[in-house]
Amino acid sequence: MTTTAQPVSRANATSFGLTRRQRAEARAKWPVLVLFLPPALLVFTVFVILPMGEAAWYSFYNWNGYSLPTQWVGFKNYELIFKNSAFRQALINNGLIILISICIQVPLALWLATMVTKHIKGAVAFRLIFFLPYVLADVAAGMIWRFVYDGNFGLVAGISHALGVDAPFWLADRTVAIYAILGVIVWKYFGFHMMLFIAGLQAIDKSVLEAADIDGATGWQKFMRVTLPLLGSTVRLSLFFAVVGSLQLFDMIMPLTGAGPSNATQTMVTFLYTFGVMRMQVGFGSAVGVVLFVICVTLAFGYKRIFMKND
Amino acid sequence: MTFAMSRGMRRSLALALSVAALGVGISSASAQSTIKWMHLETNPSNLAVWQDIAKAYEADHPDVKIEFQFLENEAFKAKLPTLLQSDDAPSMFYSWGGGVLKAQSETGAIRDITPAMDADNGAWRNSLNAAAVDGMTIDGKVWAAPFKTGVVSFFYNKALFEKAGVDATAIKTWDDFLAAVKTIKEAGITPIAGGGGDKWPIHFYWSYLAMREAGKDGFAAAKAGEGDGFAGEAFVKAGQHLADLGALEPFQDGYLGATWPETLATFDDGRAAILLGFENTATPNSQAQNATDGKGLSEDEIGRFPFPTVDGGPGVVTDDFGGLNGWVVTAKAPPETEDFLKFLTNADNERIQAEKQGILPVAKGAEDGVTDPSLAEAVKQMGVATWHQNFLDQDLGPNVGRVVNDMSVEIVSGQMSPKDAAQQIQDSFSMEM
Repeated sequence: MTTTAQPVSRANATSFGLTRRQRAEARAKWPVLVLFLPPALLVFTVFVILPMGEAAWYSFYNWNGYSLPTQWVGFKNYELIFKNSAFRQALINNGLIILISICIQVPLALWLATMVTKHIKGAVAFRLIFFLPYVLADVAAGMIWRFVYDGNFGLVAGISHALGVDAPFWLADRTVAIYAILGVIVWKYFGFHMMLFIAGLQAIDKSVLEAADIDGATGWQKFMRVTLPLLGSTVRLSLFFAVVGSLQLFDMIMPLTGAGPSNATQTMVTFLYTFGVMRMQVGFGSAVGVVLFVICVTLAFGYKRIFMKND
Repeated sequence: MTFAMSRGMRRSLALALSVAALGVGISSASAQSTIKWMHLETNPSNLAVWQDIAKAYEADHPDVKIEFQFLENEAFKAKLPTLLQSDDAPSMFYSWGGGVLKAQSETGAIRDITPAMDADNGAWRNSLNAAAVDGMTIDGKVWAAPFKTGVVSFFYNKALFEKAGVDATAIKTWDDFLAAVKTIKEAGITPIAGGGGDKWPIHFYWSYLAMREAGKDGFAAAKAGEGDGFAGEAFVKAGQHLADLGALEPFQDGYLGATWPETLATFDDGRAAILLGFENTATPNSQAQNATDGKGLSEDEIGRFPFPTVDGGPGVVTDDFGGLNGWVVTAKAPPETEDFLKFLTNADNERIQAEKQGILPVAKGAEDGVTDPSLAEAVKQMGVATWHQNFLDQDLGPNVGRVVNDMSVEIVSGQMSPKDAAQQIQDSFSMEM
């Protein structure tokens, strides 16, 4: 910090596009910057920027994680990723999760939110009940549902036996397993989206709805023409969380299926774990991490730019 | 603080100091050494056996402290590379030998224990079975102290076999085995308990079949990269045998999602007739731990037969497939670690582990600790082994090993042709070497 750079004249000061007051304010901000920026910057660099750079660097090596990487392979790891059928399956599954979130989970959450914000008996209790699955740890939810789906001793088995039919083994079926998992995902996260919508609904001015009532709007018209448009920013935020959450999905899948059978339930993160970490292919795993990062950043920023620029 | 000192006083003080320093020097070589022992044991009674051995060692060596560190199996495998390179590395850790041990040995993170093995005219080395030490030897150096071994074989439920009218002693070839599976299935019994969810239980089948089809020499040639390697004819044929088994749909419903404990329960509950499993499958301890009712089958209800041979294959019935486990010493471990390992693997302690944990010991003279009849049978089988092959998912290294596991499941469930699967194994193998 220096005090020597005094403005020579008023004309000179304004030539930088700053008034004297603005300059004074900027100067007053300096101590704050010098004091508070470095710690945050340091932590961010050490724990975010540096590991990202390292992963990018490792991704060009064939390396098992011991000593230092030496075997440079160029873009071979990236080539292998896109040739890998399990990775393609992971991409498809991630897409499917996003699709289900948008088409089923968010509408369901919205519908339930409109129900439990009405002043009817027990609405608050239902809010709690619907929110409970979200409070549960992902791993615990996965283990509970593994038991539910179990064809020998689980709930599904019990129901099937009571009906006198052979119990299905959904989690062991290549084509069905992912849908079984999608069911759990909807069950687990709709409560969270519902809470977002409840908050959004409560922020809507009641007089607007009353005005619609006076104009003779039906319930459906009120919802489509008044509530939904006013909820726009919440819906967009909710979808954003659904997309990002799908890309991060890992800890519920591991106890449920371990990404099997035959990689049928891989997501990008389980792919990274089973093919990078478990096989001690740190170079390959880093390349997967970089691809995942690029996809996440593109989706997140793209979404924010396009859909959330006014929010 | 000042005080006057005579010349004599000063001299005697210096002497005392140097004596003290000498004493410190001697004891600092061993004082407060802490051996950090990293293990994967989840059974508290098994762990207690080791704790007792550690206590006995600590009593004889007051300067050594032994600390136990635990990691769950899969977490251990994932965390070890990072852990080994940190300052917090354990002094000794569990190993399956094979390709993973080889990768570790190339990093400088672990210690060559050959000098300790060969000290006193090879006292330690000579106290252990040569084959076990060989299994932990890479390029002439011993990298781990072996402590237990094992063999995978078929176990069957005698009552279910009788009900289906199958004679287990008549199963000599793979064709006999397939015929038996068919008969059992026709009798309305689930023939085999399979763990397709964990994948490696299925790799037992592929490995044994590959051993039978390729033989010891063929296997060595494939590993050396000769000819078509693991894509060669013998390995494709092995895959075909596995596909033949899969086509009979011999496993319990939902086997593709079944973990190993669930698979064990399927057999132990009597819900399936056959299990290709570890040597301890029939022991009361294992039955009690894995059966749904906490009891399982009694030992005389379970029979055992070795993996059958294939017609025309060079592999013989005495070629064994199974585990070999040892303890690896890390580079920065205190020097007493080797001495402790020598103590841990001596005949007395190996006998205790055999008696109480049910391990198959590798120390000479500890075999009499194996009192369980089915384990004793396994020891007998291994005594006449013509070849002992370590688990392929360890032996071929972590990456190729997992490809073998994946491919075994793909073949048996009819998702991939044996030829394509063999090619995939060879592809990942050649990339690694």
